[in-house]
Amino acid sequence: MNAFAGTGTLVRLAIRRDRILMPVWIVVFAALAASSAAATVGVYPTVQSRVAAAEAANAAPSIVALYGPVFDPTSLGGIALLKMNAFGALLVGILMIVFVVRHTRAEEEQGRLELMSAGVVGRFAPLTAALLVALGSSVLLGAATAAGLIGAGLPVGGSLTFGLMWATAGGTFSAVAAVAAQLTESARAGTGLSLVVLGLSYVFRAMGDTAGDAGPAWLSWVSPIGWAQQIRPFGGDRVWVAAISVVFVLLATGFAFALVQRRDIGAGLVRPRPGRAQASPLLGTPFGLAWRLQRGTLLAWSAAYLLLGAVFGNLASSVGDFVDTSQAREVITRLGGVKGLTDAFLSTEFGMMGVITAAYGIQAALRLRSEETALCAEPVLATGVSRPRWVASHLLVALAGATALMALAGSVAGLAYGAQTGDVPAELGRMLPAALVQLPAAWVLTGVAMLLFGVAPRWVAVAWVALVASLVIGELGSLLSLRQTVLNLSPFTHVPRMPGADFALAPVLWLVAVAAGLISLGIVAFRRRDVPA
Amino acid sequence: MAASSGANETAIVISGLRKSFGATVALDGLDLTVNTGEVHGFLGPNGSGKSTTLRVLLGLLRKDGGEVRLLGGDPWRDAAQLHRRLAYVPGDVNLWPTLTGGEVIDLLSRLRGGSDEKKRAALLERFELDPRKKGRAYSKGNRQKVALIAALVSDVELLILDEPTSGLDPLMEGVFRECILGEAQQGRTVLLSSHLLSEVEALCDRVSIIRRGRTVESGTLAELRHLTRTSVRAELGASPVGLDRLPGVHDVLVEGSRVSCDVDTPHLGDLLRELTRLGVRDMTCQPPTLEELFRRHYADDRDAEGPRPAADGASRVAASR
Repeated sequence: MNAFAGTGTLVRLAIRRDRILMPVWIVVFAALAASSAAATVGVYPTVQSRVAAAEAANAAPSIVALYGPVFDPTSLGGIALLKMNAFGALLVGILMIVFVVRHTRAEEEQGRLELMSAGVVGRFAPLTAALLVALGSSVLLGAATAAGLIGAGLPVGGSLTFGLMWATAGGTFSAVAAVAAQLTESARAGTGLSLVVLGLSYVFRAMGDTAGDAGPAWLSWVSPIGWAQQIRPFGGDRVWVAAISVVFVLLATGFAFALVQRRDIGAGLVRPRPGRAQASPLLGTPFGLAWRLQRGTLLAWSAAYLLLGAVFGNLASSVGDFVDTSQAREVITRLGGVKGLTDAFLSTEFGMMGVITAAYGIQAALRLRSEETALCAEPVLATGVSRPRWVASHLLVALAGATALMALAGSVAGLAYGAQTGDVPAELGRMLPAALVQLPAAWVLTGVAMLLFGVAPRWVAVAWVALVASLVIGELGSLLSLRQTVLNLSPFTHVPRMPGADFALAPVLWLVAVAAGLISLGIVAFRRRDVPA
Repeated sequence: MAASSGANETAIVISGLRKSFGATVALDGLDLTVNTGEVHGFLGPNGSGKSTTLRVLLGLLRKDGGEVRLLGGDPWRDAAQLHRRLAYVPGDVNLWPTLTGGEVIDLLSRLRGGSDEKKRAALLERFELDPRKKGRAYSKGNRQKVALIAALVSDVELLILDEPTSGLDPLMEGVFRECILGEAQQGRTVLLSSHLLSEVEALCDRVSIIRRGRTVESGTLAELRHLTRTSVRAELGASPVGLDRLPGVHDVLVEGSRVSCDVDTPHLGDLLRELTRLGVRDMTCQPPTLEELFRRHYADDRDAEGPRPAADGASRVAASR
């Protein structure tokens, strides 16, 4: 049998399954780029104002680390899409990783692939189909984005290369996910492994971009995110750099196919070892089970937060080096800060980590839903465990896990920054509360996830929409000059901007109350609904 | 009806149970009574509402109407308390991919209030299960064994089993039957949903047969056998005429001197007298089975739902319908 037999059918199946999700994401990405471009046109009308803003941004290592440099200070596209370059490429990468794993390893893990492989489906067909759709979607996403930017009034050449940049990011991480999906037995682990590669790519790029002339600037060139960014839309439009990504995609997919050739269906490359014949005493309560199921994920997040805290703590001290001009202040303020450049930087970073922590909380809470759909909730609920107790076990992991993550990041940032200023206790005392104050806002989004799980379990993915909306409001709200009523929709709008601003009790209490209310409503609704098979 | 029966005599009383999923009616006035201490067979074709009934009994689904009493309580309101007194094996057993079989057995039995270590070891041995494998490495049959052992190690009053042997091989089915008979001897109540008639015949004291969300027959095996037909094949001295006019005789097929037909068990004597009159050279008589009864109801079902596939036309029941 031809190893590629059935690819066409599987391509149609994949398109059928994601016929809503993928187009929606493509439109969201294109609209995000176009709206931030359109919003910036009015802010920097003259070349001088752009140059001033771009030079200020380039002089701030923290901004360069987070978003990358502005390659051509005179261009409108460069400053307008600063936040969309590497960061946007990162988001596109996440989208494609989730997509490819969903259509390869996840299918295999659930046994559906086996069902199809028994029919006329060749060995290479599932991976080929997933890659074809992922690469096609990446190209479409790039094209739609370019069209949106042109529509927003940016130069055609730069817009096209910007689309190319996102498309290459989508392509390279599709390929990364294709390899990871062959290595691990579970879809969860495959996604995790791909996201680690993505995170490292981002960190390498950040280190390379901030290295300066003497430092290891080459680090940007070992990172797929760096390859995308170095295409330099609106700053040279170096289309040839995309060839690196294309070669990488060819090599990585070739490797993935070689792995498919070598392994059995259902198996990864890492053979599982036999485990314990008896459960540890811990595994005898609902919480023990929730902890056991989620501890690996929390551990991985903790490692990432340790790194993030250290990076931010170290970067904070270099913020002070940067030229303290009025334009620079203005840029920093527009990018989200309030007062005091270092504090503005740190509060922005903690704000960003708050949103990321909310993502942790949502995925941990939505474990409830995946347990339910995997039929793993049923045997537990058929024992002496009441529904509220079962829900509480996973919610505790979500809420306490988020708390632990922010406490970790705050402490590490405080230690790192304190080590540089020479006053560890003082900085620790400032950073830890600044990190923890984000939590009530993150809990609100956990509450949204819980409410959805109780009221509309099929629609739990809407919690992610709420998160993305909060992210867009927080990151681009002032840039898009959204009205205050819209800004108020994001729980993070109400978080005191610490360090720098004073702690305010009232908004924090309100957020906690809203989170508690959402969670309680969700639990009540879950008690009243069916747990279908 | 439900009010008069205390928890002591009746483990489960369901009357007029209704449940719909959107426009689909899953249960349409189902009745089921399971006495304490009996092994009750719950029979029905796929999609007839067996699992839905069990899931209402477990408080996983909320009833739309009717009465449901489980161990003297309300399965929806008192779910957690009642669940400590029962063990459940789902029809689709899915295990956590990262937990070993042994861990799942311990977890589920602990959540139910503890397990018997000796019994656990004995069951692992009887079912030949390796408890150190991870959930994703088990086959369907082995996943089912994990769920079965987890249910059997718990000291509970009631076992609710949803097609528990659908993935087991015949040897393991035998082990399963021994285990269930052992549990029954200790006075436990068992509700066994199945579409395997031989299993139900081997294990159950009483049987309820459901079809399209409604109970169609309920009673002891002897009572139900009375409702079934014996199938008779014979080679006769002469070609028979008018056999189908005899009372209780159905599905008569005559090919020359050979005849096959079904007869309602009470009328077996009448048929035999007629055949003997014609001179019997050879005869086989198949005793009534539940399968017969089951197939009669099942066939009605299929007739009602549309034309049957041609392959079925060859079957005995179909021939005259």
